[in-house]
Amino acid sequence: MANEPIDRPSVLGEVSPVIAPGQTYETVGASVADVVLSGHVPKQWYIATAVGFMGVGCLMMSITWLLLNGVGVWGLNIPVAWGFAIINFVWWIGIGHAGTLISAILFLFKQQWRTAINRFAEAMTLFAVACAGMFPLLHLGRPWVFYWLMPYPNTMGLWPQFRSPLIWDVFAVTTYLIISLVFWFTGLIPDLATMRDRAKTKVARTVFGIFALGWRGSARHWHRYEIAYLLLAGLSTPLVVSVHSVVSLDFAISLVPGWHTTIFPPYFVAGAIYAGFAMVLTFMIPVRKWYNLEHIITDRHIDNMAKIMLATGLIVVYGYLTEAFFGYYSGALYEEAVMKNRYFGPYAFQYWLLIICNGIIPQLLWLRRIRMNAVILWLITLVVGVGMWLERFVIVVQSLHRDYMPSSWDMYAGTKWDWMLYIGTIGFFLFAMCIFMRWVPMISIFEIREIVHKKSQEDDN
Amino acid sequence: MSEMENMPKLFGLVARFESPEALYEAARKTCAEGYTKTDGHSPFPVHGLAEALGMKRSKLSAIVLVAGITGALGGLALQYWVSAIAYPLNVGGRPYFSWPIFIPIIFECMILLAGLSSMFFMLGLNGLPQPYHPVFNTPDFERASNDGFFLSIEAEDPKYDGASTRAFLKAAGAVEVHEVSG
Repeated sequence: MANEPIDRPSVLGEVSPVIAPGQTYETVGASVADVVLSGHVPKQWYIATAVGFMGVGCLMMSITWLLLNGVGVWGLNIPVAWGFAIINFVWWIGIGHAGTLISAILFLFKQQWRTAINRFAEAMTLFAVACAGMFPLLHLGRPWVFYWLMPYPNTMGLWPQFRSPLIWDVFAVTTYLIISLVFWFTGLIPDLATMRDRAKTKVARTVFGIFALGWRGSARHWHRYEIAYLLLAGLSTPLVVSVHSVVSLDFAISLVPGWHTTIFPPYFVAGAIYAGFAMVLTFMIPVRKWYNLEHIITDRHIDNMAKIMLATGLIVVYGYLTEAFFGYYSGALYEEAVMKNRYFGPYAFQYWLLIICNGIIPQLLWLRRIRMNAVILWLITLVVGVGMWLERFVIVVQSLHRDYMPSSWDMYAGTKWDWMLYIGTIGFFLFAMCIFMRWVPMISIFEIREIVHKKSQEDDN
Repeated sequence: MSEMENMPKLFGLVARFESPEALYEAARKTCAEGYTKTDGHSPFPVHGLAEALGMKRSKLSAIVLVAGITGALGGLALQYWVSAIAYPLNVGGRPYFSWPIFIPIIFECMILLAGLSSMFFMLGLNGLPQPYHPVFNTPDFERASNDGFFLSIEAEDPKYDGASTRAFLKAAGAVEVHEVSG
């Protein structure tokens, strides 16, 4: 990249700017802070929160029923002992990865457009990881002794098996949750100070004041702050890759046909980013409209996210092709059988639906007209969400339901409790996002102000 | 903030500037003039401002590096001790200290410790959380987190002198200068 700014609009036709013209430090602060402080709440927020709250109820009910009766209420059995719990775990954690990608990797690449969406996407990461974490914990059967997974001296004299990828998962996901929280909160501190200083009521001032930790925008503080933020971005980047790689190793380290392949880590990471960007767009497209934030989250952001979806979607399709090639080229009877079963077996419908959702429909994103059409783009993001869920379904169920021994072959389907728990986590996610939007500045105010500053410098030159 | 029992102590002079550039220029002049107990306050990081005020590069990165190495060694030590000493399990005749398979957890422990220390040492070195600071008594200081750019010179600074420091700040381009106590 050359240092001098390229006049993109004139080079590439009508590309929207990263921020609408005419913004000042004050208007940016007002646009973002007033969402929280003005007390004016769009009616869509109430509807979304109510729907989310019903989902939380559904979640509570399904967890209660599960705890009363045990994992037998799910559709799990031998040979498919990893059903919805693992499908949903992988799906959710993948969705979380877009947040870290936007906040860390795009930060390191100095992508200005990340700034308007990073806070929002990071919050999604937190809640998605929380949803993801529920599944393996509940799958334990006795979730109340989850702490046995942690290495600590205990009276049973037991220690975790560090050679198992499932223990790696515990470390990877816990670290991911903690570091995502740290990154998110670090990014929030200066904005919480802005909120404290703009708040009109004493309660708001006190609460934001407590969380702002007494931030006073000191130059020395900013100096260390920027170092810390850069370090966190640098640490989160390999972390996000490691987390989904470890998740994929849960499969790849086993000897189950269809799982034991080297393509899994990169293919899972790409799929995670793909699903994550789809989810960010699923939320961003309506939210920027509800809150009239189109001058900060411009069409440029939407366009770029759609392009990243297209790119990662192609990597995922490459993964599907590679799997097919591995099956063929391995010359191994069981690998070939799994692939035949995948394309023509009893779950072939799910597989081909997955190809349509993830491989074919998103190709529409090549067209600029589609990327600029909010409704169609929004529908495509939903299709990708479904497609990525189906991908995990195919990976988990198809490999397990017919493995080495034909006498143990069986069919698998989720029960109503599987579905309710899954829908419940979606409701929880929606509810948590609504709470976040209502009480936390959902766009990074200080970083947008930096952009305003940069733009004013460019204009001066 | 609540009123003090005794006479409030003089904190110093706080000047407001119109733009980040004006603040940066003033900071450079302040440092060149020999003031040391100074600080800038801005709603977003102004690049080079801390250095212009005479701050040396923070040790934070070095601390985080040490924390990361500690995390990695800790992760390795934990796994070695558990797998080879406390609870040795013979899995297919493989060595107890099968280090390549310990790498993922070593990595996660490294990131965990380094990430946590990035935030906590940043806050710690900044002296945060700090609920009260005299600079908050400056009129309109709310603007420091919105659209105001402030420069403070503390009364404890050896070069500080009420009248001449005020004149200096005015000359450096301050829009307004306030004497702040607390």
